[in-house]
Amino acid sequence: MTLTSSAAAPGPGHKGTDRRGGVAGVGPTVRFVAAKLGGALASFALVVVLGFLLFRMIPGDPVATMTRDRPTSPEQLAALRERLGLDKPMAEQFLDYVLGLLRGDLGTSYMYNRPVAQMIGERFWPTVLLVGTATALAVALGLWLGVRAAWRRGSAFDRVNTGVALTLWSVPQFWLGLLLLIATQGLFPSRGMRSPVIPDDPVAQVLDVAHHLVLPCVTLLAVIYAQYMLVMRSSLLEEMGADYLTTARAKGLRDDLVRRRHAVPNALLPTVTLVFLQFGMVVSGTVTVETVFSWPGLGLLTYEALRGPDLPLLQGVFVVLAGSVLVMNLLAELLYRVLDPRVRES
Amino acid sequence: MRWTRVRRRLASVGAVAVTLLTVGSLVPVATAQEDSPRVLRVALVQEIDHLNPFTASFASSAMIGRFAWEFLTLPSAEDATPTGGVAESWEASEDKLTWTFTIREGMTWSDGEPVTAEDAAFTFNKIMSDPKAAEANGSYVENFEEVTAPDERTLVIKTKQPQASMTALDVPIVPEHVWSQIEDMHDPVTDSVEVVGVGDGPFLIAEYRPNELVRMTANEDYWRGAPAYDELHFIKFENADAAVNALRNGEVDFVNRLTRAQFDSLKNEPGVETNQASGRRYRELLMNPGARNADGDEIGDGHPALRDVRVRRAIAMAIDPKVLVDKVLGGYGELPGGLVPPIYEDFHYQPSEDERYTFDPEAANALLDEAGYERGPDGIRVDSEGRRLEFRLTGRASEDYAQRASDYIVSWLKDVGIAVTKNLVSDNEVDETTSSGHYDLAFSGWGTNPDPDYILAKQTCAALPAASGSSSSNAFFCDETYDELYAKQAAELDPKKRATLVKQAQARYYEMVPSFVLGYDNVLEAYRSDRFTGFVQQPEGEGQIMEQTGYWGFYGAEPVEAAGGESSGLSTGAWLALGAGALVLVAVGGTVVVRRRSSIDDRE
Repeated sequence: MTLTSSAAAPGPGHKGTDRRGGVAGVGPTVRFVAAKLGGALASFALVVVLGFLLFRMIPGDPVATMTRDRPTSPEQLAALRERLGLDKPMAEQFLDYVLGLLRGDLGTSYMYNRPVAQMIGERFWPTVLLVGTATALAVALGLWLGVRAAWRRGSAFDRVNTGVALTLWSVPQFWLGLLLLIATQGLFPSRGMRSPVIPDDPVAQVLDVAHHLVLPCVTLLAVIYAQYMLVMRSSLLEEMGADYLTTARAKGLRDDLVRRRHAVPNALLPTVTLVFLQFGMVVSGTVTVETVFSWPGLGLLTYEALRGPDLPLLQGVFVVLAGSVLVMNLLAELLYRVLDPRVRES
Repeated sequence: MRWTRVRRRLASVGAVAVTLLTVGSLVPVATAQEDSPRVLRVALVQEIDHLNPFTASFASSAMIGRFAWEFLTLPSAEDATPTGGVAESWEASEDKLTWTFTIREGMTWSDGEPVTAEDAAFTFNKIMSDPKAAEANGSYVENFEEVTAPDERTLVIKTKQPQASMTALDVPIVPEHVWSQIEDMHDPVTDSVEVVGVGDGPFLIAEYRPNELVRMTANEDYWRGAPAYDELHFIKFENADAAVNALRNGEVDFVNRLTRAQFDSLKNEPGVETNQASGRRYRELLMNPGARNADGDEIGDGHPALRDVRVRRAIAMAIDPKVLVDKVLGGYGELPGGLVPPIYEDFHYQPSEDERYTFDPEAANALLDEAGYERGPDGIRVDSEGRRLEFRLTGRASEDYAQRASDYIVSWLKDVGIAVTKNLVSDNEVDETTSSGHYDLAFSGWGTNPDPDYILAKQTCAALPAASGSSSSNAFFCDETYDELYAKQAAELDPKKRATLVKQAQARYYEMVPSFVLGYDNVLEAYRSDRFTGFVQQPEGEGQIMEQTGYWGFYGAEPVEAAGGESSGLSTGAWLALGAGALVLVAVGGTVVVRRRSSIDDRE
């Protein structure tokens, strides 16, 4: 759980500001936020550079792929390179790319000849819907099971649940997805987010999407709930030896109440951070689930772009995915400060 | 306290989600009942780049173009010989340079305008004059001098050289009144339904959701007569196993490009019919014969020993194609000969007994000895400069065939003193290394058309890559004798004489072995025979249904009238889901209530 511990530790800049006591009018919180924001921006800049370099190193010449199986004259090839901007020197291409990013222009897809920003926009919400639903359910399930497993540590319930969670966690997503597809025997659609013929009625449309959501969501849920459960379990175990629980019990409170009102709220902290940290990771990890179920999200778009390689599309998806991870990290750090008084200045 | 509230909220979120998901499972039942139009649903496992027929180059995109726009002429369903399309008759002039097509009378575009010779002339002229419009079909007009429409029903095409493939132009003819408005062929509007929706083929493009769905509707005014059902859907599947599963469940009616395992698993499925068809593709082992570009400069880094035709022949003799077809293709393939597969029997070349490279390691050894490659101390042969005969074998890591066939080839070639290292890499890397000449041995393969011109042209010196890189040559073959035979067949309008020349050209290729054909894969398809019947194979009785050169396969399909019983009313599965969902609901709801009550009891 390295993620949790690093997030739990207050940032290095944090203590420094505290010691200085803060300049009048600029509270330590503002400084903290500014430092974190600056860090995130620096990371984002690195992502932009990496995104550019990385995809120019992968094998495959986009022009050769696009003209494959077609007799192409040198003039046509040259025209194509010019249209795609591939004839310019690397430095100029990079400058164009950065300037475009600043304007919110992610370029035009080679393969589909459409603005990348528009394509990502279309695919963004399906991924958020899938990941959001799966995460919400995984958190609920993970926390619930984690608390119970910890409270009855060593019981059959604990052992079975930990075992199942660990097994599911290590199962390849695409395999689990296919297994579910075959096992449910057509109860749920095999592909996509909507039926080929979209119903006219808005209620039916929502139900249609919900119906399509079941299998990809369950697949994702099965794989990700384990970590919430395990983290919840271990952090509750840590709390269980604490003196305040003995005190609570000594007051004569029922066991159930001691757990819910005293132990769990304290043990919840690492898990909440994990939820945010993981949300970013899950978004980028949907490639397999979206590919199995042809779910029209960012994961699938990444897969399509890689096959080209469709450089602008790859860069765009990379920047958006990495950006979402950064935003979620930032939120986790800020949230932790709000949730845990110990992290705030004394 | 706070946590209790949070948990209660979570519980209710969970309950709502479960409800949604459960009720959602009833939706297909509801839509199935409204589903009155008869729809043939085809699973598409390949991508679509564009619908614009001038730029659509992927196989699936080209297929959709074939449904939406009629051709001048097209290969018949029976035996792939030319049959009428937009043109009802045609003839070549005495000097074989001028072709006159008579346009069919009474054909209309789906917006009511008549189909005329001007539309055809516009289509060809657009491809000839606008490089962007030449992206997909430019190769068909390369030899065109001039295309004119003297009147509404006459189209005249003048060619620079006589051209035998004039009755096999795989170019969709588009309406001039729509496409003449388009200034930039790369404008995304050219993929929109308002532009591509106007057609004259058996099906019209009615809806396009990129990477999700192409919905086509039957063209009621189609000149051959309207199709027997209302809509044809191409539904994108990213995962082939999911597509097979969807066929089993009746979510789709047709699946193609099946693997052996998928095909075998569908064989005994009730309500499903399988089609094992003779394929249009050949598989080959490229042997870098010393790659050169169009200027004659050497490119790439192929092993010099492979420039010796004797080494290439020895390799061909050390390989047993029968084992590859039987073991690697599981028998779903045909034994090799020339570049044109046996499905096009008129043009298919089969070497005679004394020309054939039969599997004979001893003869291969003898040939390599004769060529002066002696075995070193470790049994690997060495050339005159002391360089070991050690070849890389490049293939797609994603492909089952490359993985398994490479094991056989490594061991066969080891027997004759050639060391082979496997180099299985990503698809893009294979494309890049093979098209730039950075390979020794490599797996490849191509699809062919009923007219052999295209596949033969790929092997001419003219197809060698330009200095800048990209290539349409696949084996870097450049041979004067071959080029002469190619040119002769291209100009020969007599079918019999042309077929002889086509076979001679392939024989020359076979003799020089810049690549060795390993076999022809069968095409494996499956469909719901309980919903549709009458799919037309091309050629009749042995060919494939989907991805034909034409539209016969799906155009001829007819719905089975009794079908639909399965989709009306709630299936057992739906009831089960409903029951399970209700149970979960009760459980969750019950827990919430119990919890709430207990927390009331516990209030201090």
